[in-house]
Amino acid sequence: MSDAASTPDVLLKGGTLLDPEPGTRRRADVLIRDGIIAQVAEAIDAGDVPVYDCTDRLIAPGWMDMHVHFREPGYEHKETIATGARAAAAGGFTTVACMPNTDPPIHTRDVVEFILERAAPTPVDVHPIATVSKERAGNELAELADLQEGGAVAFSDDGSPVQHAGLMRRALEYSSMLERPIINHMEELTLNPHGHMHEGVVSSRLGVAGIPGLAEEVMIARDIELAAFTGGHIHVAHISTARAVELVRRAKAEGVPITAEVCTHHLALIDEAVETTGFSTHTKMHPPLRTDDDVAALKEGLRDGTIDALCTDHAPHASFEKEVEFAAAPFGILGLETAWGLIGRELIAPGLLSVEDAVRKLTVAPRQILRLPMPALDEGAPATLTIFDATTRWTFTAAHIRSKSENTPFVGDELVGRPWAIYNKGRFVTNDEW
Amino acid sequence: MATPVDSAEPPTLSSLQHRHLLDLSTYSADEIQLILATAREFRSVLDRRIRRVPTLQGVTVANMFFEPSTRTKLSFGLASGRLSAETVSFSKSGSSVKKGETLKDTAQNIEAMKVDMVVIRHSSPGAPHFLSRCTNSVIINAGDGAHAHPTQALLDILTMSEHFDAFEGLNVSIVGDITHSRVARSNINGLTALGANVTLCGPKTMMPVGIEAMGVRVTHRLDEALEGCDVAMALRIQLERQDEGLFPSLREYHTRFGITRDHLTRHPDLLIMHPGPVNRGVELESEVVDHERAIILSQVTNGVAVRMAVLYLLAPGSRTEHAGRTG
Repeated sequence: MSDAASTPDVLLKGGTLLDPEPGTRRRADVLIRDGIIAQVAEAIDAGDVPVYDCTDRLIAPGWMDMHVHFREPGYEHKETIATGARAAAAGGFTTVACMPNTDPPIHTRDVVEFILERAAPTPVDVHPIATVSKERAGNELAELADLQEGGAVAFSDDGSPVQHAGLMRRALEYSSMLERPIINHMEELTLNPHGHMHEGVVSSRLGVAGIPGLAEEVMIARDIELAAFTGGHIHVAHISTARAVELVRRAKAEGVPITAEVCTHHLALIDEAVETTGFSTHTKMHPPLRTDDDVAALKEGLRDGTIDALCTDHAPHASFEKEVEFAAAPFGILGLETAWGLIGRELIAPGLLSVEDAVRKLTVAPRQILRLPMPALDEGAPATLTIFDATTRWTFTAAHIRSKSENTPFVGDELVGRPWAIYNKGRFVTNDEW
Repeated sequence: MATPVDSAEPPTLSSLQHRHLLDLSTYSADEIQLILATAREFRSVLDRRIRRVPTLQGVTVANMFFEPSTRTKLSFGLASGRLSAETVSFSKSGSSVKKGETLKDTAQNIEAMKVDMVVIRHSSPGAPHFLSRCTNSVIINAGDGAHAHPTQALLDILTMSEHFDAFEGLNVSIVGDITHSRVARSNINGLTALGANVTLCGPKTMMPVGIEAMGVRVTHRLDEALEGCDVAMALRIQLERQDEGLFPSLREYHTRFGITRDHLTRHPDLLIMHPGPVNRGVELESEVVDHERAIILSQVTNGVAVRMAVLYLLAPGSRTEHAGRTG
């Protein structure tokens, strides 16, 4: 990966511009000067501006992953904002939203500002998601308005889902005043006292305490009612079961302000992976890997629009933390580097989503949910671009990892489609060594 | 009661196809029969005055017990002693992570002292599989969470084989907390591989979802489980499950799922097994424990023989003779 000097002028030659909204393609060269799209035309000659061959490549508005964990402050041994941004850029993402389960959590304005400050020198826009409650403890509302003014784009208690229905009601009421969503990790914790994998035939066979789909579905059902009552926007983090998709589908049909995202690994793996890998901790995530039926429903939910956005839940953990017995391992895997190749393999190559649809779920959808402006492909707009293809078949190896951690089950997997470069914040980052 | 026949058939294999004993689910019927046949030979050693053979001289076995255990630990210790192996024991309860050293580090440190085989008991399912990836030792699973307890199932199967001609068509009912039972899972794997019919019986709150996929019948009525049953295996009920809301009281459990003298009267050929330790008056009425058709103590004796067989068949010396085996 080369990270050229600040604000390089570049000429992207021979590529195809893909505008996800309304879903058009056109052959055009793109000239970027001073970080701004200077010219879009069929054949540009820009003198001595460095030329990058984009033949067979697509150029889209910069992708966004609305669910990542960059671990800073507090867990810098797993990831920092700098290393997380490196992984994002390699994965084709110009923009991310990071979860607040840091230490301290993103529960006060100074932490929001700290993250923005750390992200400033990177080529990636990092939008903090702040907590719903003080200390992420689920008791009292955090200062949501102040957090928003500081730059928070949404509110979530992340892995500690808001259990108290009364607090969630107030959070939805308060955040609707701010026109920002509440993102809930949907889980009724009393239905999952100590699970480590999906509760089903495989967990029963393996004797591993299960996390039932029911825990997710009961919480979604509750939050649908709360969103319908309050008019507040509830966003379902990492939806993972067939029944959950059906609940969201019905709620949307009734006009409830609800949106949903799905992680790429939930489209690619099922619970049987825990068994076939001999309890590899790289198959342990939360929500857990579910079943074939769930995966089919998630894909259908993406196709019919029930699920708005694609995300990764990029969750770095150090090797020493993951190289332990299954029950002791933390939940989560990397996601940014493998996201597009999995989307290609699981959704585009099988014909479930068009490239345009997939890109829409990585660009328009997350920004609509978080009320962020869409980067434009027009002359005069700041260049926020992802350059990629959707067809290259390649094998993912440990050498492709740009995160500080290495916890991914996809090493050795064939992926379809490669992100090649991003241009953002006047920075041009390519994946030439991939 | 069935005619006591030793159903020993000459084994068709001369060595195991596995390097470790992690779980019976990957062991074939032939491999299980080989272990049983070997155990029967060692069983005769246990009846001699000098109960010791020099078979594993020079082999070092580490017993790593991360969970409290009395009989399994003693049984493995006796088994390796009677084979003349050198044994080192290590006990640590609670999570290794909380104590500051990871399981991987602990295992690699013990291995660095030149150990050939590791017997591991751990509360986390898959801990033996994990060890098999991060050390070079032969790993024997002595119980991993609710996942597997293969030597317990093998000793149960050996004990059954002393009473029945064949496993094909044998009806075995396992009664109790199936969800939390590694004994149940390993017995299901071993018994179904040998052709036995397995019925599971217990409260619905202690029956894992979709367990029928393991090829078993499920009932929540003890009468149904005991009808036509040859062997009933009762499982220990952990009192803390009551706090988890899985059953209301030991009293109510006993009235619905406890095996009583009355059951033995109604089923005159029924044999009773229990992996121990027994809660008298809960899983089994106290008199049932001491009944002549309760073969619980034979299980314990056979445990030593089975563990001798497993250690012998997996010991590194025999491994070089049969290269190319998989984990």
